[in-house]
Amino acid sequence: MKQNEKKVSWISFLLVLAFLGLVFWLDQIIKPTNKMYMLMTVLQKGSVYALAAVSMNLLNGYTGLFSLGHAGFMLIGAYTYAIFTIPSSARDTVYQYFDAAIRISFPELLSNSMGSAGTVLGVAIAVIFAGLAAAFFGYLIGLPVLRLKSDYLAIATLGFAEIIRAVFQWQKLGPITNGSNLLKNFMRTSLFKLKVGDTKLVFSTFVPVLIATLSIIVIVKLVNSTYGRAFKAIRDDEVAAEAMGINLAKHKMISFTVSSFFAGVSGAMMAMVLSIAQASNFKAAMTYEILLMVVLGGIGSTSGSVIGSFLFVAASEWWLRGLDSGKFLGIEAPGIFRNGFRLVVFSVIIMIVVLFFRKGIMGEREISDLFREKKKAKGAAR
Amino acid sequence: MGKTILPYIISGISVGGQYALIAIGYTMVYGILRLINFAHGDVFMVAGLMMVYMAAAMPLYIAIPLMIVLTVLLGFLIERVAYRPLRTAPRMSVMISAIGVSYLIQNLALYITGGLNKNYPSIPWISDRVHVLGLETSRVTIITPFLTLLLVVLLVLLINHTKIGMAMRAVSLNFETSQLMGIRINNVISATFIIGTFLAAVGSMLFFTNYPGVVPTSGAMPGLKAFVAAVFGGIGSIPGAVIGAFIIGVAESLIKGLDTILIVNGTITEQIGFATFSDAFTFVLLIIVLVFKPTGLFGEKTTDKV
Repeated sequence: MKQNEKKVSWISFLLVLAFLGLVFWLDQIIKPTNKMYMLMTVLQKGSVYALAAVSMNLLNGYTGLFSLGHAGFMLIGAYTYAIFTIPSSARDTVYQYFDAAIRISFPELLSNSMGSAGTVLGVAIAVIFAGLAAAFFGYLIGLPVLRLKSDYLAIATLGFAEIIRAVFQWQKLGPITNGSNLLKNFMRTSLFKLKVGDTKLVFSTFVPVLIATLSIIVIVKLVNSTYGRAFKAIRDDEVAAEAMGINLAKHKMISFTVSSFFAGVSGAMMAMVLSIAQASNFKAAMTYEILLMVVLGGIGSTSGSVIGSFLFVAASEWWLRGLDSGKFLGIEAPGIFRNGFRLVVFSVIIMIVVLFFRKGIMGEREISDLFREKKKAKGAAR
Repeated sequence: MGKTILPYIISGISVGGQYALIAIGYTMVYGILRLINFAHGDVFMVAGLMMVYMAAAMPLYIAIPLMIVLTVLLGFLIERVAYRPLRTAPRMSVMISAIGVSYLIQNLALYITGGLNKNYPSIPWISDRVHVLGLETSRVTIITPFLTLLLVVLLVLLINHTKIGMAMRAVSLNFETSQLMGIRINNVISATFIIGTFLAAVGSMLFFTNYPGVVPTSGAMPGLKAFVAAVFGGIGSIPGAVIGAFIIGVAESLIKGLDTILIVNGTITEQIGFATFSDAFTFVLLIIVLVFKPTGLFGEKTTDKV
């Protein structure tokens, strides 16, 4: 059995490597003018939402803490990343009405001494910084709210997300957050290019996919550790878990802070993919969308969350596009297929999943479980 | 000083009355189903939109009753389709279903309106301008608190002195026991939704008259605030929800005007931008209440059973 487990982890490691290689290769051959560039957009946005959904699933699915504050943590991440990667040359155009208070740009600072490797390192530091900022606020918010249960926790975290949004839009914080104006001109995915020798390598899609993959691997490792088992015990029965000697406050806090960290990272990714950061985008509706992705994939399944969010993004950005522009599956009906119809169809599908397929696509299983079940079934047949 | 504060207090009381009408829907549903009906704010928005479309097609004396009937029907249908099948499911599933309904309604409204701001029809008499205490305001601002109190008194009478009211109290006390006592809980729950959406429909008329128009997201914020009001007053308690709503309405209105008030007062000399926090303040209040008195002002104490 032990050997089998090892084999599975080797196979998944190789599959992840192959996937990353494929994305890297696609990044080189599909240019933004290509018709298939939609695929790259889906990969970029999909990885942002996949990480957001997986981190929310860590909280809602594995620890049983129904939190609706995700958009707030993503906002913190997006702003932290944006503020620390705006190059000094662009700073004055971004902070039009204010005197920028933070005058550090990690990628710029490091590239002065280390060249393009410094830029890469700077972006990495800014992303981690974004996660740490979100985790710090997550810790502070967790202190009062984690004492609350189910719906009270949901509404309190939702409230904190709204408070964060208001604070970031406050005129008096303008020198840092640019008030209610948007942040732009920072390090975004379209700038992720390197010149190696004579060839120009593109990393626009590879970078977000890589960050999401690494983060998700960390979350999977956490879920499979003793901490993860404690989380699940808390989800299944708090009183029993406490009786077994699990420190409720400590484990809830770990789950909440880690989830906030990765929400912050996904916020940073969202900023780099969309190339703007604006507080008014991070409304409760964003949290609801991420929650629906988690539900679509199956609450309590990491691979489900990933599948759910990629399906969600692909359907809304790509496959169902025709529903908005008059022609879908060869049927032309501009009267019905007009702006917004896509989202209506989409929400009906989601309601069907919520009502009739409550387990979502994966239930509580993972992809690796599917292979194992197949083997077991074969063994039993013999 | 008094002259600067007064208009904010009056408009605050009016907004509070409108929140109260929405908050009752939340508090009653929560009292019985233990469910935060996230779609309630959106039903409120739909009531506003229906009024916009119907006022354009028919005279107001038909449009208003028809709008109320259709809104009530919508509330009833939502419970029937989205919540009833999940009666035995975990609470989280029902809450997710409520979020899904809210998402669906907002997207549907977005599709129908095209995302444009729809001007709310001006209803004669209640949107007239009147002078009260030396201030000019619309009549709806003055009527709202009185109408709210009247409706609340009627509701309390209904709950305390009728058969269906008694059934509601029984169901909110214990779901299963009341079922065993022969109460048809499905009817009681439907009645709760009908009363809640009726009040939200009346509230939407009062609310949108004072605003330039209706957009698909118009219901989200008032809905959340009304819910906070319900929690503040102690969820499940109707007088609590009403008092909570008035407090939140007045506080929010005062914060919106705090810059102006303080400048007139001479405490500060330039705008600080407190108005940015008028929405956030509601949630600060919520968190303070949840942390220090989780059962709210009038909520009953509950103990968790293992």
